[in-house]
Amino acid sequence: MFSYRMNHLKELESESIYVMREVAAQFERPCLLFSGGKDSIVLVHLARKAFHPARIPFPLVHIDTGHNFPETIEFRDRLVAETGARLIVGSVQKSIDEGKAVEETGYNASRNMLQTVTLLETIEEHKFDAAIGGARRDEEKARAKERFFSHRDEFGQWDPKNQRPELWNIFNGFKKMGEHFRVFPLSNWTEMDIWQYITIEDIDIPELYFSHKRKVIIRDGVILACTPFLKLRPDEKPVEMVVRFRTIGDATCTGATQSTAASKEEIVDEVAATRVTERGGRFDDKRSDTAMEDRKREGYF
Amino acid sequence: MSQKEKIKFDTEAYQKMELLRFTTAGSVDDGKSTLIGRLLYDSKAIFEDQMQSIEETSKKRGEEYTNLALLTDGLKAEREQGITIDVAYRYFSTPKRKFIIADTPGHIQYTRNMVTGASTANLAVILVDARHGLTEQTHRHSFIASLLGIPHVIYCINKMDLVDYSQERYEEIKAELTDFSSKMDVKDVNFIPISALFGDNVVKRSENMEWYTGPTLLYELETVHIASDYNHIDCRFPVQYVIRPQSLEYPDYRGYAGRIAGGVFKPGDRVMALPSGFTSTIKSIDTYEGPVDEAFAPMSVTIRLEDEIDISRGDMIVRENNVPESTQDLEVMVTWLNEKPLQLRGKYRLMHTSKVARALIRDVRYKVDINTLHRIEDDKHVGLNDIARISLRTTEPLFVDPYSRNRQTGSLILIDEATNNTVAACMII
Repeated sequence: MFSYRMNHLKELESESIYVMREVAAQFERPCLLFSGGKDSIVLVHLARKAFHPARIPFPLVHIDTGHNFPETIEFRDRLVAETGARLIVGSVQKSIDEGKAVEETGYNASRNMLQTVTLLETIEEHKFDAAIGGARRDEEKARAKERFFSHRDEFGQWDPKNQRPELWNIFNGFKKMGEHFRVFPLSNWTEMDIWQYITIEDIDIPELYFSHKRKVIIRDGVILACTPFLKLRPDEKPVEMVVRFRTIGDATCTGATQSTAASKEEIVDEVAATRVTERGGRFDDKRSDTAMEDRKREGYF
Repeated sequence: MSQKEKIKFDTEAYQKMELLRFTTAGSVDDGKSTLIGRLLYDSKAIFEDQMQSIEETSKKRGEEYTNLALLTDGLKAEREQGITIDVAYRYFSTPKRKFIIADTPGHIQYTRNMVTGASTANLAVILVDARHGLTEQTHRHSFIASLLGIPHVIYCINKMDLVDYSQERYEEIKAELTDFSSKMDVKDVNFIPISALFGDNVVKRSENMEWYTGPTLLYELETVHIASDYNHIDCRFPVQYVIRPQSLEYPDYRGYAGRIAGGVFKPGDRVMALPSGFTSTIKSIDTYEGPVDEAFAPMSVTIRLEDEIDISRGDMIVRENNVPESTQDLEVMVTWLNEKPLQLRGKYRLMHTSKVARALIRDVRYKVDINTLHRIEDDKHVGLNDIARISLRTTEPLFVDPYSRNRQTGSLILIDEATNNTVAACMII
């Protein structure tokens, strides 16, 4: 006998597709924020499913810190070509050159915070009224309280204490001129769900996620890749380690983990066994206990 | 070799897992945070760095024990004030199911959040302090669970350790609850004696209550039958978006995208489009992976019809012989969600499935005292967190089912046209 059951991944997929379609229907100028990380890759995959056989009806927006792993950019360009989507790049370097953002200095300097300036500028320049992001509620405690449709005022700010109640699957996207929404179709996914889904759907992801040899340094317990953008302290000596990345962001603050997982299946096993959250390797979250909430209030992803 | 065969056994089990959304209600004193902490901890959903972080914060605040409530209180204001303000969503899984907990604060001033958390839940866990028995809070939490149509309720009689694990005390509370819940509209009610602090009957069976032969909380959460929580009888397909590629490959493709809100749709079915009333036959039900033989709630699909009829967002595709009520006059139970009180004769924007209309509040029939469940007929003032029965008149017909029959086509929200805030959650009677 056939029973009308869906497994949890199919149900999450269906929910995300529903949210994507709501965005396309409710907003005039939506976009999808694409970082090159696995969550935004899954977002693009879901967007293709949501509108098939039509093309994704909104552009992909990449906020480029200029501090990228080259693999990320190659991957991005390949995906754009494959989907036929339009790509818009917001450049942090340009914001710095124009004096709108000020480069941090010191050993822990990162352009991660500066992305907010460029992101809000890009949203304003293209008059985007909704920006789809890949944030998940299981990632971080401030994100656990985030709505699917998250309202931003004309300054791009999030007011966590004044969020709209979100009931059933009815999403209220009404807003005033100049305001916009951030939309998070992956809200209910966990890191494990993402990896399972990538495995089952056989979704292509950048090589950085798989185990490889790399020159790194260990700073405050975080393994950082040696790139031209990372300023070494006098006592820091690069060592070669077998690592992979659990998240991919700005090259200066994305921590690697020691790992021999070389396939998606091995990564799934590793995620199942791991006892540290994926953002535990993010230098940007270690700045304070409420670092994420503070950044989000100002308009961060 | 196909992708599926390469995956190892545990992954395969993971893919067969169902999703259970549940809400927890109870105040801090009921041990709700301890219970959630216990479920997360025993199912290994708390990571080392999270544990370390809350241990440090606890120490900084001079607390004697590691405060598991810090796991769920994510916002700065919540940590400062030591209260949960907003709905926090938590995730954990066992080999059988993935769980989404909507953790909501229990005080009366947070009824709004309880309602929000309850709106998508299959199950409610309601905590009762074994020392105090039924309180006004128990009544309120039960009423909200019933109002929001949560199909399964589990009453956890907590702090059994503080009443010497007394069977007599448990039976007494259970009898009271059974009597009380018979007045409610909940299909499936269960009772479990627990001690969240010591873990009795949460994940592991209690050695202190051998008189209790029922399941543990986790076992109940893992096995409760949820597949029939969706309506698989009345076919309802609110059209969300029209897909028209207008490409060389698909020059004439016109598909209606949406998420099935009820019933089972199959190619060849005779269907009717509302509001036009035109009928046609389903040509195919498309997904990215290809056409499917049938589609049911909550699947997201794209339906194509044999005939070219004008259908757009806000319309609904149904079976010819089973149509929802089409009406401009609605009787609803409302939960008011905003500081600005309900305006009698006021006009609001309304969202129902994929449709947007305007609504006029014609009358407040009665208010409900949510602690005693008594009807208050002479008080028409409906403010934040109030629950009332009201009547609405809409600018155009809506296609509705009673909320008790279908939680998707039976629910709607009201929006303040000046601020765009969601101000009311309505359940159609």
